[in-house]
Amino acid sequence: MSSPLIKVSNLTVSTSDDNRTLVNSVSFEIAPGEAVGVVGESGSGKTLTALSLLGLLPRGVQATEGSISYDGKDLLHTDGETLRSIRGNKIAMIYQDPMTALNPVMRLGAQLIEVIESHEGQSGDATERVLTAFSDVGIPDPKRAYESYPHEFSGGMRQRVMIAMALLLSPELLIADEPTTALDVTIQQQILALVMHERRKRNMSMLWITHDLGVVANLVDRVVVMYAGRIVEVGSVKDVFTNPQHPYTAGLLASLPKASDKNRTRLVSIPGIPPKPWTVGESCAFSARCTRADDQCRTTLPILRDNSSTQAACFHLMGEKQ
Amino acid sequence: MTVNKRLPSTVFFTRLASVITTLFGISIFVFIVLRVIPGDSITGSLGIETGALSPEQIESLRAYYGIDKSLFGQYFSWMGSFLTGDFGFAYSNGVSVLELTKSALPVTIQLALFGTIFGVILGISVGMFSASKPGSVRDFAGQFFGLLALAVPGFVLATTLVTVMANVFGYFPNGFEYMAPWEDPWMNFQQMMFPSLVLGIAVAAPVMRTTRSALLETVDKDFIRTAHGKGVKHRVVQFKHVLRNSLIPIVTMTGIQFGYLLGGAVITEKIFAMPGMGRQILDAINKREYATVQSSVMIFAIMFVLINLITDIIYRRIDPRIK
Amino acid sequence: MSTPVKEKTWFSYYLKSISGVIGGILVLVMFTISILSALGITPHDPLIQDPVNALQGPSAQYWFGTDQFGRDILSRCMDGMRRSMLVSVVAVSIATFVGVLLGIVGGYFGKVLDGFVVRFSDVIFAFPAILLALAIVNSLGNSWIDTSLAIAVVYTPIFIRVARGPVLTVKEMDYVKAVRILGFSTPKVLFSHILPNVLPPIVIQVALSMSWAILTESGLSFLGLGTQPPDASLGLMVSEAQSLAAFAWWTLAFPSLFITIAVVGLNLVGDGLRDSLDPARRSS
Repeated sequence: MSSPLIKVSNLTVSTSDDNRTLVNSVSFEIAPGEAVGVVGESGSGKTLTALSLLGLLPRGVQATEGSISYDGKDLLHTDGETLRSIRGNKIAMIYQDPMTALNPVMRLGAQLIEVIESHEGQSGDATERVLTAFSDVGIPDPKRAYESYPHEFSGGMRQRVMIAMALLLSPELLIADEPTTALDVTIQQQILALVMHERRKRNMSMLWITHDLGVVANLVDRVVVMYAGRIVEVGSVKDVFTNPQHPYTAGLLASLPKASDKNRTRLVSIPGIPPKPWTVGESCAFSARCTRADDQCRTTLPILRDNSSTQAACFHLMGEKQ
Repeated sequence: MTVNKRLPSTVFFTRLASVITTLFGISIFVFIVLRVIPGDSITGSLGIETGALSPEQIESLRAYYGIDKSLFGQYFSWMGSFLTGDFGFAYSNGVSVLELTKSALPVTIQLALFGTIFGVILGISVGMFSASKPGSVRDFAGQFFGLLALAVPGFVLATTLVTVMANVFGYFPNGFEYMAPWEDPWMNFQQMMFPSLVLGIAVAAPVMRTTRSALLETVDKDFIRTAHGKGVKHRVVQFKHVLRNSLIPIVTMTGIQFGYLLGGAVITEKIFAMPGMGRQILDAINKREYATVQSSVMIFAIMFVLINLITDIIYRRIDPRIK
Repeated sequence: MSTPVKEKTWFSYYLKSISGVIGGILVLVMFTISILSALGITPHDPLIQDPVNALQGPSAQYWFGTDQFGRDILSRCMDGMRRSMLVSVVAVSIATFVGVLLGIVGGYFGKVLDGFVVRFSDVIFAFPAILLALAIVNSLGNSWIDTSLAIAVVYTPIFIRVARGPVLTVKEMDYVKAVRILGFSTPKVLFSHILPNVLPPIVIQVALSMSWAILTESGLSFLGLGTQPPDASLGLMVSEAQSLAAFAWWTLAFPSLFITIAVVGLNLVGDGLRDSLDPARRSS
């Protein structure tokens, strides 16, 4: 078993002033060349987990426990310059909202040149590389895009620019925080196809954050399911989709509309809403909405354990009899 | 988000119309405040104190004031004179107000310019310093400085400066006759120094506040996270991404401050004996030279409106999103 | 699971703001001084001269020293503060009343009326404060009433703007439209629904405007256009100190200190009010 590219251990993220836990003891790894999808509803802590990897947590929130092991360093406890040299270079990130993620008063070309200059200094062929990157991601007329400002482009185009920017220095790991959520469905497909293509081409690792289980089906190798700040299930895409063990995962899968459904079949949804992570004590956070829950679920914290198909944190796995 | 598809020319003319209406309103306002209210004292003095004026000048002044006409007639008389460059005459020496203004205006403009430049540099620096660590000691210090700069009156600062410099150090260039920049650039610079310092501090206070809040607002934006996320050096992020995007409110505030310095430096001009428009107005008030006061105030207002217009144009240039 | 939340009054939030508390204390001190002076309770009579003791530094008898006529500077400062406060309060009261009225009326009724209100405030905004105050005082006269009127005119537009903004926003809100459809009379709509939204920014602006009013008033009297000698006025005292400060620092220091403290205090009160009345309710 070769060593993982990046290993997150017991990552805990809380608010700085009143210490409310938002991400609770999350651990997972990504192997070189592997794509991992993190799935969860809003408030599950998936975005904060991703931001922690590059030390990009917003003001008022910090990682209080755990470690992130990469290239022999702990990214949570390394100096600023080391972290900076990794960002955009060895590990890159693309974000959810393309409308606000780019500097509005700086030309697109300049924003990409900046990446090269920040890590390699002035480079004679920088412009060439940027233009090539633009055409690689499918931007028509790269020369015009180079001189343009973000507001002159649509959301889908801006996302392509962001992808070009992230892949410019051929990072080992690409972190993608729901980059297609804000886009039209048809554009979504294009962007997904683009990312998949690039990933295969470069054999790049990927961490893909999404709330939409359907998106990860063809995209990733392994799936991590998060609920209320914790990981509740981990497994290969095949296992999670065909044989989910955690009731929450099963519920998520059941709620996906399927092409095979007959007309007028009601969409299944899980009743209730997720609790805030910091309000859940020593218990299963999903117990309030779970049909299989009993007193044990409400008073004891389930731990991630291997089972026949995946790893899941539950006392009453789907495979077991009620 | 739809882009406002108005022709540049439409926008321009709308603004122009708006500016002209405002100027019109200003002229009426100046007329009411400076002419209607004192009323008879003007007509009265025109008989007694016109010693130094020639008969033609007296006639011109009567036309300027619209004496013996109805209120409306007076207004249009004045406007007619003003718009043709006849700003009236100073009683005491018969010099036309136009001439007085020609020599006084450059002084005021230069002073306002120096003061604004100094104040903006100081204000932005302290603002950046404060915003770099919000809630910290340095933030508190920066804001305290801003408060003092605002609260200590300009005339107190100026008087203290004069007292210390002239009496303690024996260095007071403003005690000598004023030199224009083309007459004696070094002397001019020295004479501009102290009043610009005083004015600059007054300007720095609101600029600092604007800078600080603009920076704090920008720093939380998504694209700053993107900049950090791609490994851009911190200093570069501060200047090229944060500051650059905070400029618009700062530019707007700078324009407003410059406009205010043009007319609001009255006291400073007096203390440092700078022969600018402010001193012109004060002298005119003391000598009851109504024509001078009326014209000068009108000129101030026009300049301020123009500055606002120019500021507007500038920030449309800075922000590529606004067409 | 819901815990009953105790509605904290704005005052308890205000007390949490350090600047607000300090400002409040400073303002109260200055207010008290003004009232004492108005009641005639000062260490010495501000007008009585004591030429023998002219230009003496601070002493047991004259805490702030004496001026060129031997008058007690502390008493004159107190008297001057009273005048500045008086003008400031009167001027801002007028400006608030007129400005808010115009702002609400303009914002609510819109169209031509609003256009006029906006133009009117634009015209006044075109003048720097001291210049306009100067011009008006020149036309009206030197009494404290004239000065108050002049300053009131200068600061009316800011109240128009502060009142008009929220009115424009709230006017379009559904609950106001609903109430109007129900037939509530216009004044009732204005008072019960619009005013509460407009009040907080107005209150904050009152504090700020008072601080500016004090600066403007002292500026005017510095120029000799306000209170006339031998009456005491802070600006006038600073003006007289120009020729005296080199060897009698107290003639400049104390009046300056009084002005600064009053302005700082009012500004901090404004900050404190902003922290406690703003829905965000965070002390930065």
